[in-house]
Amino acid sequence: MTSGICIYNASALDDDILRVSCSRISELFSTELHVRHFPMNVDDAYDESRSQYSSLILLSGMRGATLDRDKKYILVVDVDLYTPVLTFIFGEAQFEGQMAIVSMHRLSNEFYGLKANSALLEDRLQKEIIHELGHMFGLYHCHHFECVMRSSTYVEEIDLKRARFCGQCLNLLSGHATLAAHHP
Amino acid sequence: MNSDTALLIVDDESNVRDSLSKWFREDGFFIGTAENAAEALRRLQERTWDVILLDIRMPGMDGMELQQRIAEIDPAATVIFITAHATIETAVQALKRGAFDYVTKPIDPDYLSHLVQNALKQRALSHENRKLKESISEFSKVDDIIGDSPQMQKVYELIRTVAATDTTVMIRGESGTGKELIARAIHGNSARKYFPIVTVNCGGLPEGILESELFGHERGAFTGAQYRRKGKLELADGGTLFLDEVGNISPKTQMDLLRVLETKQFTRVGGNEIIKVDFRVICATNKDLEKAMADGSFREDLYYRLNVFAVIVPPLRERKSDIPLLTNYFVRKYSQILGKQIASVSPDAMDVLVSHNWPGNIRELENAIERAMVVGHAPCITPQDLPVRAEAAEGRPLPASGTLASAEKEFITAVLEGNKWNISRSASILDIDRVTLYNKIHKYGLKHPA
Repeated sequence: MTSGICIYNASALDDDILRVSCSRISELFSTELHVRHFPMNVDDAYDESRSQYSSLILLSGMRGATLDRDKKYILVVDVDLYTPVLTFIFGEAQFEGQMAIVSMHRLSNEFYGLKANSALLEDRLQKEIIHELGHMFGLYHCHHFECVMRSSTYVEEIDLKRARFCGQCLNLLSGHATLAAHHP
Repeated sequence: MNSDTALLIVDDESNVRDSLSKWFREDGFFIGTAENAAEALRRLQERTWDVILLDIRMPGMDGMELQQRIAEIDPAATVIFITAHATIETAVQALKRGAFDYVTKPIDPDYLSHLVQNALKQRALSHENRKLKESISEFSKVDDIIGDSPQMQKVYELIRTVAATDTTVMIRGESGTGKELIARAIHGNSARKYFPIVTVNCGGLPEGILESELFGHERGAFTGAQYRRKGKLELADGGTLFLDEVGNISPKTQMDLLRVLETKQFTRVGGNEIIKVDFRVICATNKDLEKAMADGSFREDLYYRLNVFAVIVPPLRERKSDIPLLTNYFVRKYSQILGKQIASVSPDAMDVLVSHNWPGNIRELENAIERAMVVGHAPCITPQDLPVRAEAAEGRPLPASGTLASAEKEFITAVLEGNKWNISRSASILDIDRVTLYNKIHKYGLKHPA
């Protein structure tokens, strides 16, 4: 059973801002949401040849923290993430697992040479966190263009979808044993 | 969700396998991994993989060699090479060997997703294409032509020879010999078999209608033409145009048809738009076209355009050895259609069938069997069920010598006697002039009884 969702904030974003921007997540998953400041040394995950950070190493660094096996954990970072075969990733989750990582690096307008937009950044971050949580709750990518579970490989695609599940994904999510316990 | 789609990832680096597995698992794929060629080959025995992501550089058997082995096991396998060490040579080599694509690590996530989706689409299309071809081949099987006689063996040989070409074929034979089946067999064994064979019954339509049937018409081309209509020539594009009873086409339509056959383009009736078509022509006739050409009712140029390769279908009386085979085929066919438990024909009935001359050929035989199946009872068809009788049993006694001359002598004698040796009347009945009749009387030494 999931008794809560914990966001470990290893980014420069203020915890309170993160808490506010992710407040919807608690309602969406019918569970408690905790935001915790989580300063971590990311240097070990840095790959000089790629000038990027390994999501795998960063996630393994999170394992050092004390984790409650009934909770879902999301690490929020602001460094550029990669996996060995992909040029970049916005985030990564352990499918039906306990941990995920989301990077704000490519979610910010500045990365694309545009004027900063903190509201847009927080909206994108919230969607990515919900998306990775969906995977942790056993949801696959969805073809519904507005569903938060739609696969996004461009930031514009994240903007197109909404911070909520389509009916089909919501049904699947409701049927999930860990969530069912939180629904009357 | 794609949980029915299976993806095999073959790479010696575990972090590559893990990261690809994670990426595609989120799309709902069934994922399999293998760290070397031997394990990949084992996994190939376990199930069919829709897409195989293959690393080129691996210890032991490399990706290139493994691809060849995969192709031997599953020729339809879709392989995408993923490598960290790209060279033009290996890319060209991989694609030449049939890989779907070749990408270098690290891969843009959007590109990788699209690449796999495209590979799956192509695999689905290939599968669908294969299935459609199989079903079309099933439709176009040439097993409707029945006959083992040497005459039919020659016909089969001609079908095989001409089917592979795009040559115009003229099928000649009496009515009811199965000329359309031969045309379908030629089409069904040709490269055009995936396109339609369009039959035009030239004998059954009046001139104006045939013209519209062949060329189509524009809206308002004539009274009642409320909509534009495609003609058979247009419908046959890519396939075969079968002109049945081609000897019955009017002189005007012959001229129009000749023009189309020469240029492969035409306009619809009442229209100006030039339509280009590509079809093969097979025609059939039971008429003596050489005679029709001589008397001017059939254009010589059209005759030579159509009569490029002739297939002569023998009449049933010339291949009587096929009658039992055909009979049994029709018995089986109508026992199923009529739901009757009649499985065979009695030996007496078969004798009757074999001795009959079948002027209406196979069509007449089929009708006779259908009728016999209706009136007959299980277990077999008897002579009483047949609408025909043995020729020798009911007809005139055959002349003892059995030659044409003796038959002619006997027939002329009978006509003369029946008309009390009235020469003019007898000549008229025999459809010869009086001089010819006198010559025949003299030739056969016939004498007035008085």
